[in-house]
Amino acid sequence: MTSISPPARKIWWKEPIEKGELIWIAVVVVWGIILTLMMPFWHIYGDQNLSDEAYRTTPEIYMAKAQAVVDKYTVRTEGDMQIPVVKPPAGEDIYLVGRLWQWWPYFELKKDETYRLHIASVDWQHGFSLQPTNLNVQVLPGYDMVLTVTPNKTGKHTIVCNEYCGIGHHNMLGTIYVVE
Amino acid sequence: MNTNNDFRICPDTGLKWHRPAETLIKLNAVAAVVFLLVGGILGLGVGLTRWPEVHLLGPDTFYQVLTGHGINVLIFWIIFFEMAVLHFASSTLLGCRMAMPKVGMGAFVLMVLGALLNNYAVMVVGNSSVMMTSYVPMPADTLFYVGLILFAVGALINCFLFLGTLVIAKDDKTYEGSIPLVTFGALTACIIAIFTIASGAVILIPTLLWNLGFVSNIDAGLYRLIWWAFGHSSQQVNVAAQVSIWYLIAAVLFGAKPLSEKVSRFAFLLYIAVLQLASAHHLLVDPGLSSEWKIFNTSYAMYLAVMASMVHGLTVPGSIEHAQRARGLSAGLFEWLRKAPWGNPVFSGMFLSLVGFGVLGGITGVVMGTEQINLLIHNTLYVPGHFHATVVIGTTMTFMAITFWLVPILFRRQLIMKKLACLQPWIFGLGMTGVSLFMMGAGTLGVPRRHWDILFSSSDGGFEFSAAAITMMGLNGMSVILACLGGAAFCIIVVGSLLFGKKIGEDEKVGDVMIAAPVTDEEYATNKAAMTIPGTLGMVAVFFVAFVLYYFINWKYLAQTWGLS
Ligand code: HEM
Ligand SMILES: [Cu+2]
Ligand SMILES: [Cu+2]
Repeated sequence: MTSISPPARKIWWKEPIEKGELIWIAVVVVWGIILTLMMPFWHIYGDQNLSDEAYRTTPEIYMAKAQAVVDKYTVRTEGDMQIPVVKPPAGEDIYLVGRLWQWWPYFELKKDETYRLHIASVDWQHGFSLQPTNLNVQVLPGYDMVLTVTPNKTGKHTIVCNEYCGIGHHNMLGTIYVVE
Repeated sequence: MNTNNDFRICPDTGLKWHRPAETLIKLNAVAAVVFLLVGGILGLGVGLTRWPEVHLLGPDTFYQVLTGHGINVLIFWIIFFEMAVLHFASSTLLGCRMAMPKVGMGAFVLMVLGALLNNYAVMVVGNSSVMMTSYVPMPADTLFYVGLILFAVGALINCFLFLGTLVIAKDDKTYEGSIPLVTFGALTACIIAIFTIASGAVILIPTLLWNLGFVSNIDAGLYRLIWWAFGHSSQQVNVAAQVSIWYLIAAVLFGAKPLSEKVSRFAFLLYIAVLQLASAHHLLVDPGLSSEWKIFNTSYAMYLAVMASMVHGLTVPGSIEHAQRARGLSAGLFEWLRKAPWGNPVFSGMFLSLVGFGVLGGITGVVMGTEQINLLIHNTLYVPGHFHATVVIGTTMTFMAITFWLVPILFRRQLIMKKLACLQPWIFGLGMTGVSLFMMGAGTLGVPRRHWDILFSSSDGGFEFSAAAITMMGLNGMSVILACLGGAAFCIIVVGSLLFGKKIGEDEKVGDVMIAAPVTDEEYATNKAAMTIPGTLGMVAVFFVAFVLYYFINWKYLAQTWGLS
């Protein structure tokens, strides 16, 4: 009798479990528990955790907030599109807009300072992918997501869009400069 | 009432085929292979475009072809094949008549219609390059959603026919005691499929209404939550179906029985027990969900399913080892494995699938499904790298392996090009291993998925990925070619055999042994060693060490990125 016929012993649930199988099951269960506990552990002892802070928003409300920060802290503009580069003081709330097909505005942040970086889309879904440090979050319309970020390396960082958002998706880039 | 004419007894295997069920199994399997062929060709286009030096297609064609690739292989190929598996595991394995075969035919027609409509919207109308996930508010053609819904309705009907057939077998007393393990595995697949399709309906029907203008807005976050209840559970269906076939192949080639019925069945049940919110690991870096929710739902839902798969990963090769040792291949740790029929694509396909699924797909799935580590991986090419190990090396290769057995047994045709068939799992497996590893490698270096131009040649102030990342994309392109050769070999052999293979009469034997005699209790009793399955235990120990190391290495990577609190 094999796996394609009914079990030979009708009361199959009373058969003893094979020894090797039992050992493996024990290993697997312990490992499953460790895997589960690692996540709360990192929330307590690790430095890379999402804040879980998010607010409902609309494109109009969100754009107004982003514009206010741009008006206040822009230090220069860049490129043909004259994209503002915003240099906020540490601890400030700053607003990144994802839209077809651009991350707006650019930021200049200080290394080892902490900022409240808001991210939202004002149209379709986008993907915030910060390179080369490689940090990725999903960006949705209607949700203002707050990341409390502390850059740890200086230099130019690029925001690539890594959620497909239509034909201009691969041109959707943004910039965050990190300075001393 | 059914007469004996409604049945055919297979001279090779003794299986009792109900003819209407047999017809439906054939139809669904053939449709599956056709969609695999279409989706595979599209996959070649995708792969060659993502090879920076080749960059075959333009951007609009690329996104269109990528959408078509995902849907044709992941949804149409796999689910058509699963419909065949359901009918086989119920009617054929239990030797009973199938419930309402005419309705089954209707379901098949619906599914074909749905698949064609969806393809028409994506590939012909061309206004539905929204990827298989069709995230709102990006719109697709109305026919895109209608096609998917029709397809799902057909699949749902087949699930109920499967349950109906189980009832018939019980009433007609065509078996004694409990249903076979393989049928039990298919039953779990069926139950999960019903949940899956219900979730699909909950999200696709409102999306269709929104598309038609009856609903003004669909929340993007809610869409993702429910879409993934559908998208993820359907992967659970795949796993349950594929593991059932592993047990089937172990039985057919080795006459193996499960190490213990209890453990294997319980592991199948775990797949059902934990599926409600297994979608959580797709939403780990989404706004609006709490960490408590994410951790609870990934760990209770995911790690229990992971445990179940790890158990099957031991019991399937373990049952083969157990049977081989009983038949005298008991020298050392691995004689049982060395002397396994590696020249038979049914075995090599299945075994490569098992190893690749576990090592490449399993380990990486757990790693990227960890709440914080997902920050490194989300939407990078690592994700397609991972699921080409699970759904291609795992599910697809398993389905290919059993197809080599079904061609003579079900279709009554001799396989053509047997030598190529023996090589096929190796070519396809090696190619896909490359595709999967190199996409994961590039993803680790930040390369995005679903992206036409990672050189950013047309944007000012672009970004340069590391040279290593670009090299990986080249190596991925070469692996794509190898994988497509393997895929093409499969399609040519199967379609060629169905058309031109030597016919085998209903009462004629295939020639080769098509099913091994079950290992008897007396044979099992000859194995007096302290450990029944030392070789398998050695293999899972190596696997486990790799798993632990790779898991903690990723925490170390994570510690190097920006601080987030
Ligand atoms: C025949 C050989 C195959 C090749 C060469 C291939 C290659 C690829 C490549 C290069 C991508 C693109 C990743 C990206 O740009 O984001 C991709 C995506 C994908 N593949 Fe395959 N693949 C093959 C077979 C399969 C099979 C058999 C399945 C399923 C059973 C599958 C499922 C998918 C899915 C679901 C996607 C994601 C589409 C999306 O992002 O929406 N592939 N494949
Ligand atoms: Cu975007
Ligand atoms: Cu995008």
